Amino acid sequence: MFDALSARLSQGYRTGAFPPAQPNLPEHFAGRPVVSKDVDVESLQPICPTGALCRDCAGASAIDTGKCIFCGKCAEVCKGISFKKEYRMGAMHREALLATDAEYHPEEQLDRGIARLYGKSFKIRQVSAGGCAACELDFNVLNTLAWDMGRFGIQAVASPRHADAILVTGPVSDNMLLALKKTYEAMPKPCLVIASGTCAISGGIYATSPQVNAPLDGILPVDLYVPGCPPHPAVLLEALLRLIAIRK
Amino acid sequence: MSPFLTLKNGGSCSMSALPQCGMDEFRSASLQAVNQEQCRVSAFFALGNNCPQNTQKGECTKEVEKSLLVEILLDPQQKCLRVLSTEVCEKYPSLTAEAPAFHWFERELFEETGILPEGHPWLKPIRFADKNREPGVTDYFTMEGEAVHEVAVGPVHAGVIEPGHFRFQCMGEDVFSLEIELGYQHRGIEKMLVGGPDVRTTHILETAAGDTSVAAMLNYCGILEALCQIEVPARGVALRRIALELERIANHIGDLGALAGDVAFLPTSSFCGRIRGDFLNMTARLCGNRFGRGLVVPGGVRYELDKAGAEELLKKVQVGEKELQEALSLMFDEPTVLDRFENTGVVSTETARQIGLVGVAGRASGLAVDCRGDLSENGFVPAVEQGGDVLSRALVRRRELEASLAEVKGLLESLRGGESRSTAVLPTALPNDTLCVHLTEAWRGEICHVAITDGQGRFRRVKIVDPSFHNWFGLAMALRNQQISDFPICNKSFNLSYCGHDL
Ligand code: SF4
Ligand code: SF4
Repeated sequence: MFDALSARLSQGYRTGAFPPAQPNLPEHFAGRPVVSKDVDVESLQPICPTGALCRDCAGASAIDTGKCIFCGKCAEVCKGISFKKEYRMGAMHREALLATDAEYHPEEQLDRGIARLYGKSFKIRQVSAGGCAACELDFNVLNTLAWDMGRFGIQAVASPRHADAILVTGPVSDNMLLALKKTYEAMPKPCLVIASGTCAISGGIYATSPQVNAPLDGILPVDLYVPGCPPHPAVLLEALLRLIAIRK
Repeated sequence: MSPFLTLKNGGSCSMSALPQCGMDEFRSASLQAVNQEQCRVSAFFALGNNCPQNTQKGECTKEVEKSLLVEILLDPQQKCLRVLSTEVCEKYPSLTAEAPAFHWFERELFEETGILPEGHPWLKPIRFADKNREPGVTDYFTMEGEAVHEVAVGPVHAGVIEPGHFRFQCMGEDVFSLEIELGYQHRGIEKMLVGGPDVRTTHILETAAGDTSVAAMLNYCGILEALCQIEVPARGVALRRIALELERIANHIGDLGALAGDVAFLPTSSFCGRIRGDFLNMTARLCGNRFGRGLVVPGGVRYELDKAGAEELLKKVQVGEKELQEALSLMFDEPTVLDRFENTGVVSTETARQIGLVGVAGRASGLAVDCRGDLSENGFVPAVEQGGDVLSRALVRRRELEASLAEVKGLLESLRGGESRSTAVLPTALPNDTLCVHLTEAWRGEICHVAITDGQGRFRRVKIVDPSFHNWFGLAMALRNQQISDFPICNKSFNLSYCGHDL
């Protein structure tokens, strides 16, 4: 026991200061990009593995961060595209994932009831549906003491009946479609649906496979989109807190 | 005379030079190699009218014409790969009964092509890739008797983990048999790779098993570099090895922490959870992504690490190592933990050899299987333990952690200047009608990629054999005559990939 105590002392208190402090992001971290108006997205399309280069409804050059896997290939050849350190990428509306050169403000939770409902206790049932497992690994990381999402009352639970939200990762493989729907049906309503990672949002790198059913919002009503392949833990945690309107 | 063609790791041959023999000779040569010459099955698949590219175009009629059965064996004694093929129509006499290591491969073959391995003892799908089949719905081993009961778990598990279906036949607490049905993560990756390489290929392979991205890319780049004769500069090789070992370190730490968590030894579980993250962040320091995505590219690595960066990384590794040693000695010195690990989930050496376990699980069962040493004369000594139990699987990881940490430190200290990436450009098409095979010892075990090009130099087939493909059956064996409450630690001690298996 004394060994355990002395180890605890020497390892120290290690939960990150984020939030409210800024997260420690790696030097090459690729966050929400800025795409300047003169970028000829059509000519760049052949180098993008997921077809993320597009135009928004007003015709401005854009990267759809719901499709982008942040490989950086486009930015390597095109000066007009740069990936910033902006990690507040989660969005409650699909259109908000289109990154152009317009000034970016993360969406606020508009439903004032949400904070009252979930403010101090928010239980999440995670379902992996296809994908490569990295998305769920980085969700799990929020449970480690480096991120400790429990301090905000957020917890992953086993039973869908105990869950306030379902967090789906992966492009919804054929073989997980039924299990995903059943899990959702087993949840008490109202509940929130979170699409975490490019795969869940759009199918990502697997979008063209005939054996996947992405996008998730064609199957369940999605309340939060979290871009990334996988989303960095800071991206996911910030988005979750914003979704349930927890003030940091 | 041996009918096999031998290749070195990363070796290739023209399809016309692929040795082909009759079924009888194919069978006897394969059985002798596997049962008497310590060879292990690295890949075994059919190429031909029913191979994936045809099914994709909707041409598959299930009426099987002639296909080519291709086999790649790893020969640790000769330190080479052996290749052989034979023609097969709709059926052939199964190899599984005489060499159980073919068990999973033959099931896969049957599911993918309809070619029947006649006499296979338990022929059912492993992935349920057919749209008309409901996943997990198949025959299961059952037991009868008053006190007998069946426990079915999954596909959605209690924790944050990938999906799979487990059926236990139990008597009270004791498990008589466990059957594992997978395929829930199947995305059809091998079909997506046909016609490549294209802009998606590297990303698809990187995410075949998302916790093994670096090793998978090293393996795939090994194939491209061999086919196109690209030399990776020494600095690139060193940076790649740093990334590969960081991947091994992070995952082994995570596994040991998870084992501690499953026996409710919280100090080590919490420390390791955080320290694993620190090592993932070191990988992110190299390329911006915690899983090393985008770092390894054909010809070398894509990101530079300057002198200050290398020094900073070295410091972090040293700190991480110290903290890790403390966290691990706590656990390995704790009698209550050792008591739970020892003799739990035993896979004997003989069973492990027969079913063809690889990687950490194989080495923990007394097999010196490690393609770092098995495919080159570099004097590499694998970490082998004899117990075959949860403890042995934990100890193998601990020893490998020490070795990998030493390696990373050494590489960082001796990192020289120069290019990190070859300036050679990849040709748009690869050599025509060629087979190339490459293996890499990833943290779980060996990954095998076999690429076969068509007449235009595009991929006709890319066969991926993830280490988990070999090892899932080992977990089922480990549970025999165990208490069902030991399932979590047995499972964690293997920590196999679902998506890597399901592809
Ligand atoms: S960074 Fe995103 S938009 Fe750019 S090429 Fe990669 S996937 Fe496409
Ligand atoms: S989004 Fe990327 S990291 Fe997440 S499951 Fe898909 S491929 Fe893996």
